[in-house]
Amino acid sequence: MQILLQNVHLVDPVTKRDETDLDIEIVDGKIQRIGKNLESKGEKRNLKGAVVAPGFFDMHVHLREPGQEYKETVETGTRAAMSGGFTGVCCMPNTIPSISDPFVVSYIKEKAKDNLVDVSICGAMTKAREGNELAPMEQLFNAGVRMVSDDGGAVRSAEIMRRVLEYAKMFDLLATQHCEEHSMTKGTAMNEGKTSTKLGIPGYPAVAEDIIISRDILLAEYVGDVRYHVAHLSTKNAVRLVREAKARGAKVSCEVTPHHFTLTDEAVEKHGTQAKMNPPLRTQEDIEAIFEGLRDGTIDCIASDHAPHASHEKETDMISAAFGIIGLETSIPLGISRLVKPGILSLMAYVEKCSTNPRRLLKLPEIRIVEGEPANLTILDIDKNWTFGEDDIQSKSHNTPFLGQEFTGQAIGTINHDKAWWRD
Amino acid sequence: MSYFCNNMAVKATMVGERLAATPEHSANGKGKPVRNLSGNTGQRRDLLGIEQLPKDTILDLIERSQKYYQELLGKDALPARTILNGRTVGNLFFENSTRTRISFELAEKRLGATHVTLTPSASSLTKGESLLDTVRVVEAMKLDCIVVRHSASGVPEFLAKHLPDHVHLINAGDGAHEHPTQGLLDAASLMEVLGDLSGKKIVIIGDITHSRVARSNVWLLKKLGAAITLVGPHTLLPRHAEEVFGVHVRHDLGDSLKEADAVMALRIQHERQSSAFLPSLEEYQTRYGLTEARISATSAVILHPGPINLGVELGEGPAYGTRSLVLKQVKRGVAVRMAVLEWLFS
Repeated sequence: MQILLQNVHLVDPVTKRDETDLDIEIVDGKIQRIGKNLESKGEKRNLKGAVVAPGFFDMHVHLREPGQEYKETVETGTRAAMSGGFTGVCCMPNTIPSISDPFVVSYIKEKAKDNLVDVSICGAMTKAREGNELAPMEQLFNAGVRMVSDDGGAVRSAEIMRRVLEYAKMFDLLATQHCEEHSMTKGTAMNEGKTSTKLGIPGYPAVAEDIIISRDILLAEYVGDVRYHVAHLSTKNAVRLVREAKARGAKVSCEVTPHHFTLTDEAVEKHGTQAKMNPPLRTQEDIEAIFEGLRDGTIDCIASDHAPHASHEKETDMISAAFGIIGLETSIPLGISRLVKPGILSLMAYVEKCSTNPRRLLKLPEIRIVEGEPANLTILDIDKNWTFGEDDIQSKSHNTPFLGQEFTGQAIGTINHDKAWWRD
Repeated sequence: MSYFCNNMAVKATMVGERLAATPEHSANGKGKPVRNLSGNTGQRRDLLGIEQLPKDTILDLIERSQKYYQELLGKDALPARTILNGRTVGNLFFENSTRTRISFELAEKRLGATHVTLTPSASSLTKGESLLDTVRVVEAMKLDCIVVRHSASGVPEFLAKHLPDHVHLINAGDGAHEHPTQGLLDAASLMEVLGDLSGKKIVIIGDITHSRVARSNVWLLKKLGAAITLVGPHTLLPRHAEEVFGVHVRHDLGDSLKEADAVMALRIQHERQSSAFLPSLEEYQTRYGLTEARISATSAVILHPGPINLGVELGEGPAYGTRSLVLKQVKRGVAVRMAVLEWLFS
């Protein structure tokens, strides 16, 4: 492969380079040259000022394989990732069977090989994600796992969580928690607030998320020198707790989803079950706190929590519907529309949270746009105005509240070594 | 019945119709109905809840119920009514109910409808069969109206969105959301004894959090201008109640009964509640129970949606004494449900 990307806006948080009117030549999967008005004998693409950034990485997606292939497969999920602008994803372990056995890791790796999208794998923290016994973390580590979580639910017992943190520390695994105090959330279907009160739907209070975050931060600081990560935080106190822990020097990090910085619990009245997720959509006050956390660096990463479900699992009442929405194809449009365009994040800071930071947390090789480095790029048209429709969905499932939504910004290409995808 | 005169000019307006299904819900984004179901285009009448029902429609429904109520009060055999001849009504009770179910069945029979009742024990309409399957079955059986009771808030609305245009829907209680016919029958009972409810002080006591009766009553009585106070322990009163419902909230009875024109005690559903909400029925009774002593300090009329835990929410005297509307509510219930059926098909 030889290709010349002409007239690009290079944004690289690692080298801090932010420069327009550049050309980038890629030869055999490597960045050969970067410069102005380059000549090349291969394919040429005039990108007319599009942003070229290090390949985006979504550290929290559900590929549903093995076990729930009717919702998504590695093939369809990575296709959604690729056309959503991601060159890498980390898939969560709540598969059937769950990823608490290295055999499942190899199975997914096999499915994901030769894919443009690199698939990292998050292992379970406890056996079968049941919260009773430690998962075989060394075996998982040896199989390539760098993050562990019982995502979908929290480790209920403080004692078990303490031991998870102690054990994960030996392998420097990123111990990631889905923060939910389950004794407070049984039977709930949305945020506890004004809308749940009006609709008479059992509410999941913000404090049920915050309690587990504070418990875990205290445990992590007690255990010491372990990396603890809060998955998809959604409340203002969650942001505060992480900020305070970081200020004390704890190795705590966190991610937020695009839907949690976009929609509030009022969306349930308009979108019904397509606005049912876990953690639930919260309030405008929480969104403002999330914006502040993104600005001041408290929030490290943006991750979609891509959660495909078949239509029969969503086309029902709020109580029985499944939690979650697909997110790989709306993550970048929401990030640009909601964060970059309104000036909440600079383009550089946004790219950092979508590429550099998640890779660093997962101990993946750093992606730099420098001559001689492998080509791993996301290409964005940040000014494109468009409307999200059914035809834009590559995922096997279509559960999203964003159909018909107008966006600014879109991924127009992804390149990973010798593989490239272009929207046109 | 003079208090109805002011509202006699009210006619059945189209504003009572439910809104057309939104594209997000009803279509797959290309304008096609979901899963080839006919889908509601908003061209028919349903009774989903009180919150979205205009005041005029509420008063129209109560007025329509008057003639049926008068008949129930009389000693004569009830006239054979035929307005629903040829119509089939299905009562889909996904959650157990005796009073509401029988009340609907009587209303349907007395208007000449053919009706069937499916209860959890008697059908597959519980776990396993999806709500969309239910819609298909209803369509295939050519029902003209379904009356739905379900433990999950929002089920009637979901079904209504997907039902074909010719099938009407009545919400007979969904989760903690709404119980519109209960609201209507309570208001009709209150208007009979208090007249115009504007400015009247009404106290609702008990488990507000889990009560669809409370929600329907709050929306309805507010539309009619009443001032509402909700009373209950913090554990059974939503944190946002005051703001969301526009009511007064208090956690003890205090002197709230003294000025009240009416007091409604809600059923404590101790059989399905964990002990996290209340230490014991005795403690509830001590703090919130409407005893003879408490009732003697007020001239308020007394309501209860039933079934009553006698000696808990209400003492036997208050429950069936001269100021109790409890049996009136039951009678009004049948009349109101007849009125709703008449309205749906008119």
